[in-house]
Amino acid sequence: MPDIIFIHADGKPDRVETSDGESAMQAATRHVVAAILAECGGNAMCATCHVYVDESWLARLPAMADDEDALLDGTAAERRPNSRLSCQITMTSQLDGLVLRLPERQI
Amino acid sequence: MTASGSAGSGVPHLDVDPFDMSFFADPYPAHELLREAGPVVYLDKWNVYGVARYAEVYAVLNDPATFCSSRGVGLSDFKKEAPWRPPSLILEADPPAHTRTRAVLSKVLSPTAMKQVRDRFAAAAEERVDALLDQRRFDAITDLAEAYPLSIFPDALGLKPEGREHLIPYAGVVFNAFGPPNRLRQEAIERSAPHQAYVAEQCQRANLAPGGFGACIHAQVDEGAITSTEAPLLVRSLLSAGLDTTVNGIGAAVYCLARFPDQWQRLREDLTLARGAFEEAVRFESPVQTFFRTTTREVELSGAKIGEGEKVLMFLAAANRDPRRWDKPDRYHITRRTSGHVGFGSGIHMCVGQLVARLEGEVMLTALARRIAKIEITGEPKRRFNNTLRGLDSLPVTITPA
Ligand code: HEM
Ligand code: FES
Repeated sequence: MPDIIFIHADGKPDRVETSDGESAMQAATRHVVAAILAECGGNAMCATCHVYVDESWLARLPAMADDEDALLDGTAAERRPNSRLSCQITMTSQLDGLVLRLPERQI
Repeated sequence: MTASGSAGSGVPHLDVDPFDMSFFADPYPAHELLREAGPVVYLDKWNVYGVARYAEVYAVLNDPATFCSSRGVGLSDFKKEAPWRPPSLILEADPPAHTRTRAVLSKVLSPTAMKQVRDRFAAAAEERVDALLDQRRFDAITDLAEAYPLSIFPDALGLKPEGREHLIPYAGVVFNAFGPPNRLRQEAIERSAPHQAYVAEQCQRANLAPGGFGACIHAQVDEGAITSTEAPLLVRSLLSAGLDTTVNGIGAAVYCLARFPDQWQRLREDLTLARGAFEEAVRFESPVQTFFRTTTREVELSGAKIGEGEKVLMFLAAANRDPRRWDKPDRYHITRRTSGHVGFGSGIHMCVGQLVARLEGEVMLTALARRIAKIEITGEPKRRFNNTLRGLDSLPVTITPA
């Protein structure tokens, strides 16, 4: 099953195994990656599942929908060109090894 | 309260009335009975199916094509009975109609919008604590859980100062009306005319101050997102669902923190836990206890066959304490990972005002914990009875300044 490498704000990596079809947020909360808060449970409402996608992976992710784009304007940590909401990233075998950096804060 | 198996469908029939005063007074033993009887139960008193375990409540909430909202999210089936008021364009709607109105309210109540009101909400919370520190002994419902949202939410909406006393009674009617035709519902609707008249008037564009949530909804008419007849009804959704819910949410949090002094101490030592403390109170007390759905087709749910056009009652509160999902569910624990609780619902109808609720909860609990050492319950708490909302009518407390 595809793995995600979460890199904490302090640089520490955390490898997390996902199940196919699960979102990156779901995998993170299942493994208690505390920096993913996910207050709205993946309903694209809260922007507390914010991640910075490693540049080398950016092009391989599906484009974001308008609501994700609008929500990212409200993230607690600064929005960057590689900002995404992890609840909107569905894991597939093509994303095995995906590197996601965690922001310093979510609220 | 007994459980008896029924032949045929295999769904256990229960004679529990979840809208009875004795149920409201202490719902927990009945919640357990409902959960343990089976994944799907049938309630003979009102001829509805019920789900009380987390997995089934979550499944129903997340399959809106099968379990629809447009036939009403109360007991009354809009296909068979005229609704008591024009239906909500968001709560009582299905996709694609829901998708459009939902996008409008999501935008008006977005994280970006919250950044704009945050400082104001926080300053008002500090002012409330100033007043409470002067009082020392007060009613934590009237003087805190009600007074705080009343000091900010109507202004944030852009309501006129006159007539605001109708707001909480109006919400009381709305949430009672989701219930069955019991006394609570009948009396609420009989007395609703003046509150309805006030709300209808306040939803008009001319009566909403510029910059507020109400005016922002009307501005969406100019963008072509909604029509000018839809806008007032969407404002009405905020008037119905935006005040009494947070009153009960903040009331729940204060009641929890007063009953669990170790958790209050934790919060005082680390104020960043305030948001989690509020969220955990929403899970623990579930201010919104129940909602219904109606089946659009015959469906099998966890082995139970349910026909088309059946009402299904979701026990959000019971799901939020299901031991299958939660470790020590009856413990109020402010550092718990609460993500996934259904106190705000789940799926496409999940509370569109959740960020407003969390913001109010967070800034109020932060202000309290920073300046108050101890909250003691010094009188008998009194319950307020409503067919959908759970909360107190009065909670006498005494505080010790930090
Ligand atoms: C602690 C406070 C609150 C609780 C517990 C709560 C709970 C809920 C729940 C359980 C639902 C789902 C209904 C369903 O699935 O049928 C919901 C929906 C909704 N809530 Fe809240 N709510 C709260 C605060 C608010 C606030 C502050 C607002 C407005 C500013 C609001 C506006 C709404 C609206 C308009 C909907 C309908 C959304 C839709 O159908 O898409 N709520 N709420
Ligand atoms: S979990 Fe709320 S937006 Fe992703």
